[in-house]
Amino acid sequence: MKKILIALSLSLVVLFYSCGGNSAESKNETTSEQTTAPADNGNPSYDPERGAGKFTNVEVKPELDKVMAGAGMIVYDVKCASCHKLTDEKLVGPGWQGVTTRHKPEWIMNFITNPDEMLSKDPKAMAQLELCLVRMPNQNLTDDDARNVYEYMRKNDGIK
Amino acid sequence: MKYSKLILFILLSGSVLHMMSCKPKGASGAVATGSAEKAYVAPGKYDEFYNFVSGGFSGQMSVYGLPSGRLFRVIPVFSVDPEKGYGYSEETKPMLMTSGGFVPWDDLHHVSFSQTNGEIDGRWAFGNGNNTPRVARIDLKTFRTSEILELPNSAGNHSSPFITENSEYIVAGTRFSVPVGNNTDVPIASYKQNFKGTISFISVGKEGELDIAFQLLLPGVNFDLSRAGKGPSNGWFFFSCYNSEQANTLLEVNASQRDKDFILAVNWKKAEEYLKAGKGTKQQVRYAHNKYNEQTHTATSQIKTEVTVLDPAILKDICYFIPCPKSPHGCDTDPTGEYIVGSGKLAALIPVFSFSKIQKAIADKTYDGDFGGIPVIKYEAALYGEVKKPGLGPLHTEFDANGNAYTSFFVSSEIVKWNIKDLKVLDRVPTYYSIGHLSIPGGDTKKPYGKYVVAYNKITKDRYLPTGPELTQSAQIFDISGDKMQLILDFPTIGEPHYAGSMPADLIKKNSLKIYKIDENKHAYAAKGEKETKVVREGNKVHIYGTAIRSHFAPDNIEGIKVGDEVYFHITNLEQDWDVPHGFAIKGAPTAELLIMPGETQTLKWIPEKPGMYPIYCTDFCSALHQEMQGYVRVSPAGSSMPLSFSLGKQGAAAADTTKPAGK
Repeated sequence: MKKILIALSLSLVVLFYSCGGNSAESKNETTSEQTTAPADNGNPSYDPERGAGKFTNVEVKPELDKVMAGAGMIVYDVKCASCHKLTDEKLVGPGWQGVTTRHKPEWIMNFITNPDEMLSKDPKAMAQLELCLVRMPNQNLTDDDARNVYEYMRKNDGIK
Repeated sequence: MKYSKLILFILLSGSVLHMMSCKPKGASGAVATGSAEKAYVAPGKYDEFYNFVSGGFSGQMSVYGLPSGRLFRVIPVFSVDPEKGYGYSEETKPMLMTSGGFVPWDDLHHVSFSQTNGEIDGRWAFGNGNNTPRVARIDLKTFRTSEILELPNSAGNHSSPFITENSEYIVAGTRFSVPVGNNTDVPIASYKQNFKGTISFISVGKEGELDIAFQLLLPGVNFDLSRAGKGPSNGWFFFSCYNSEQANTLLEVNASQRDKDFILAVNWKKAEEYLKAGKGTKQQVRYAHNKYNEQTHTATSQIKTEVTVLDPAILKDICYFIPCPKSPHGCDTDPTGEYIVGSGKLAALIPVFSFSKIQKAIADKTYDGDFGGIPVIKYEAALYGEVKKPGLGPLHTEFDANGNAYTSFFVSSEIVKWNIKDLKVLDRVPTYYSIGHLSIPGGDTKKPYGKYVVAYNKITKDRYLPTGPELTQSAQIFDISGDKMQLILDFPTIGEPHYAGSMPADLIKKNSLKIYKIDENKHAYAAKGEKETKVVREGNKVHIYGTAIRSHFAPDNIEGIKVGDEVYFHITNLEQDWDVPHGFAIKGAPTAELLIMPGETQTLKWIPEKPGMYPIYCTDFCSALHQEMQGYVRVSPAGSSMPLSFSLGKQGAAAADTTKPAGK
């Protein structure tokens, strides 16, 4: 009896393969862009101090660049202030006081330009999301915007 | 016993599998086993084509994917859309202005796309307003209506918005002829003396801007459909018309008397020469021109007062009539531009005219008299040949890239495929039921993409679950990649679909706008950041410069509004991320919500009629704390001394005494 079953199963497989070859499915479709990468937890190449994004090495001078900080304030007013206070008080997101002492500049600039990926794979970003429960929106900062905002954060943290 | 049941099960399931994986050859009619996979687009995958479908009496245009038939969007065009605030927000109200005031509805019949060298270029789609004569341009970067132009001297814009091969013009032929000029208060029965038909040639500028270049003043008939020439016939336009009997009542009978009506051939390059030579007559008229500005996020409506009219009865060599049997409807030029297919609604044959024969007939003056001062070319002199016994009631024809034509037949409810060269019928399939238009991707251009023909049906009767007296209209997709047409999918449509067009997704999807950049927002009442939020009273007008971001409004507590105030909520969405609109609604507003895209400012005008506490909230689910995105507006009695105040985040008594920007 078992042998018959096996034979039947085999013939089914043959039937399936002999007829299934001309599916039009793949021709009708183009692949959608995948924006969210799978979680990189456990990936040894992932640097949690740097975060995920394009910034690998941000040059920061010891003294404040006032022009950049001024430009950063303008970006802050339009795109950040709705959710982040300059004190340590949490509004929608955490207050900015001390943020430059908690994170490296690369991490901050990657997070503010690439929040979706960071919120899905970066341990510190994910931990923060558990506290705030509102995913930080991507506010489409340019690279310069991001650097200026970082300088404004430094100013807020007392760098002269 | 158990085993034999198992075996039976395996045998059965085996034969089912076998049937599903091996398609029966040549099956048509109802969806055959196995052909459904041709319309299957897996979750998360994209369709190959965008399909823009006219909404008919819904006044809108809907966007589906082909081959899946999935509905992506309904674009509000000529009708208000409370879901999107279209026609309700202060910014969009001007889009629906006409010379006769605000008109909140229309009947959108046909769709065309901008072309370059006779191919779809993916910049704009156009739609016609059949009731209050208008044309609209839809920007395919935003999928929004950018421009609406009213048409003077027209009384029903049906023969529109068909387009020339380099988007020089879209056309607009009037369905109703009417008295034109200063004296329009004439007896209806004086149709033959006083009624005129006009055709407008509307130029399309580099940025898409619409302008009536000229109008042709023509004898009183009903203009129906039209197509531009292409390739060798570029520079010409062909319009079908009926009611050459010039009846003004019971057209069903009285406009079906003559054996033949006409296709009007228009040499628009010649018309351009006359226009340039100053042969046009300036006529004083009134029509609205409405434009949406993407920087100010605001539409403006302007009344224009002049149009240039050319009279082809006096200015020779612009227009020629070609007899066409039995109340012609469709008038379609093939991809080569040599053949013009006329479709008489009551005919049992399809005449195919030859552009080169038409040119020869004009050169030789092979005429059969004139109609309203315009020469009538002899039928045989223009005719390439007739498709014999194709079906009953041909309406419209589209083309594939292999020299075949596909004609819809309303009366016999079918699509018939035939060869243009030898005029032989190759295949026919039934449609369910009563097909009107049909559409092949690129099927009206020099470059048809083929692959599918979509039927747009007027009646569905028993095809779907019943929904009371009113049933949906439908579309049906047929695979035309083989010799035989094969039905692969039915899907219901928005409103009543007339003409539709499809184009490869690649032409559009890369250009699709994701956000409005907040630093480019030039709206007069934008608040770019919560720092700029404020509430300003100017007499009885109160302007609220508000913002929205996940997940709060600023300000969200407003007091000092009084009954009878004109309150303007100008809400700027501060988000700069794709797919994060915020909604804005206020209790009891007799208008609609606002739906504000990232970086955009939109305004809701509200005149509170009763004192009370009015909640406001976000309608578009935006975050886990969307339900918290709310606020209050306190309305005090008229004449109250309650001062204006506004705030965000101030609890209890602290909220009452601030007039500083919210949240600071």
